[in-house]
Amino acid sequence: MSLVKPLVTVTASATPESRRRRYDWEAYLYLLPAFLILGVFHIWPVLNALYISLHTGPTVRLAYAGLKNYQTALGSEFWKSLQITLYFALGTVPVTMGIALVLAYLLFQGIRAKGLFRVIYFLPYITSTVASAAVWAWVYDPQAGILKIISQRLGWPTFKWLIEPRSLARIFEGLTNVHLGLPAWAQGPSLALVAVIIFSIWQYAGYDTVLFLAGLGNIPGELYEAARIDGANRFQLFRLITVPLLAPTIFFVLIISTIGSFQAFNQIYVMNQAAAQTLGGPLDTTRTVSVYLFKTLWESNDPGLAAAIGVLMALIILGMTLIQFRLLGRRAQAA
Amino acid sequence: MNAYRFRSSATRVAIYAALIVGAAAALFPFVWMLLTSLKSYSEATIGTFLPKVWLWSNYPQAWDAMKFFPRYLGNSVFIALATVLGVLVTSSLAGYAFARMRFPGRDALFVLVLFTMMIPGEVELVPNYILINRLGWNNTYFALIIPWIAGAFSIFLMRQFFIAIPDELYDAAVLDGCGHFRFLVEVVLPLSAPALITSALFTFLGSWNSLEWPLLVTTSQAMRPIQVGLASFVSEAGTQVQWLMAAATMTILPVVLIYFVAQRWFMEGISTTGLKG
Repeated sequence: MSLVKPLVTVTASATPESRRRRYDWEAYLYLLPAFLILGVFHIWPVLNALYISLHTGPTVRLAYAGLKNYQTALGSEFWKSLQITLYFALGTVPVTMGIALVLAYLLFQGIRAKGLFRVIYFLPYITSTVASAAVWAWVYDPQAGILKIISQRLGWPTFKWLIEPRSLARIFEGLTNVHLGLPAWAQGPSLALVAVIIFSIWQYAGYDTVLFLAGLGNIPGELYEAARIDGANRFQLFRLITVPLLAPTIFFVLIISTIGSFQAFNQIYVMNQAAAQTLGGPLDTTRTVSVYLFKTLWESNDPGLAAAIGVLMALIILGMTLIQFRLLGRRAQAA
Repeated sequence: MNAYRFRSSATRVAIYAALIVGAAAALFPFVWMLLTSLKSYSEATIGTFLPKVWLWSNYPQAWDAMKFFPRYLGNSVFIALATVLGVLVTSSLAGYAFARMRFPGRDALFVLVLFTMMIPGEVELVPNYILINRLGWNNTYFALIIPWIAGAFSIFLMRQFFIAIPDELYDAAVLDGCGHFRFLVEVVLPLSAPALITSALFTFLGSWNSLEWPLLVTTSQAMRPIQVGLASFVSEAGTQVQWLMAAATMTILPVVLIYFVAQRWFMEGISTTGLKG
């Protein structure tokens, strides 16, 4: 490099200008392979999904059906799935983020083995969902799972976990003989879904922790020093510096976790299988929207309806992202 | 580095205690998997903590019980490596164009790339499934590899990395009679090992761990990757839970080994791309 450096300084004023003036038409060649794949398999399908959703019939022969699929899709089955998905999202996202925030904050306090802890926390995220969900299904096993064995030895009530379709409210009523009298929608998720939720929290807490740690690391240390000189105590440092400066990270994690929770499929598929249930779980109480879509395509062989479910799902996710942007985005950007 | 230190040793102990509880919770399922994989069936179902006799023979037995195990493994290795190779080629070319070339529509096209990150995969599932059927790609490696050899994440990663390479290097290369392509191959790529490694790792991970798509496009066992094989073994193994745990361990092992060797790149990839979008 030292050889060419003098040359650069000589021509530095001329080269960038001449480069700035003309276009690199060959750029399109560079983009071609990536856009071919993205276009055919990831952009075009969005439009194609709209087209397919207006049709009916098996995969090979589609006939125009107007909005019939949307009428069917918006029926009670879809709403049931959407409710399960909302339970899943509300059960996983806030708890996972809360645990991750605490872990990241603690790890950030000059912990000696920070790297080791981080590696361990991240492990559940990188291991395959199929394998780890199979392991958790074994932990939950109603006959011989470790949870049952421990509860039994301690004299606690035992649960059927992945094969239990009863809601949390019903189980509580059964254990305490208290009648809550809640309406159907407020009964809470089935215990089977709670089992999947606990698994998902376990799987993603470490991932969120790494993201939060990165966010904490981006906060300039001088800010803390300056505030401390001004006499701020530890709580004030946290509230006035850490929270506002971490807000964009928290916002980002919230968006990707919400989207991710709406797409949960693998863990439900595996845990249903491991518990010898049909896909969807006991009385379909773990049938989230993405599981419903898969079943519609795979078991009912109804691509038109499945596409309509996919389009509705995309609209819901888009809507939620926009709402989160409206409510929190501006504040996060301002910070 | 550290924002501030807690001085009191009691607080310090409490912090470590909380962190260790977290680590134990993260690790326990893996420990339980390993322990179960080394027990006899009766011991596994009674729930003793450590196996009385360490039955290493469960591993070869699980290997045999899961008929196509070596085939599944081979499929997954091939699919993952081919996908990584494809992604590295397409995303370094596209990333280079976005980072260092001027052409009409550049920003709009880049936004389009980022937009694909926001599309939930479920919308694409049905159209892609039908497309694969029409192409006659069912039960082929094409179906398992081609749709995934370009990705917004990697293009974005490359672009961010390439954009930071000083212009002087390019000016010097031009004077040496070097075009864009040679500059990319001979100067940019050798300087971009971190971005290439991060992209390769996440692509490998995504490919190795994917389930829904291979489930849809493979019906013949010989074409299935390891995750689909393991997922069907979950019900095939029935009550032989020690074999299932051995198979799960063997499925996890390659990724865990790669992870421990390369964990620095995983963390850096997350920290640099996850947050600055």
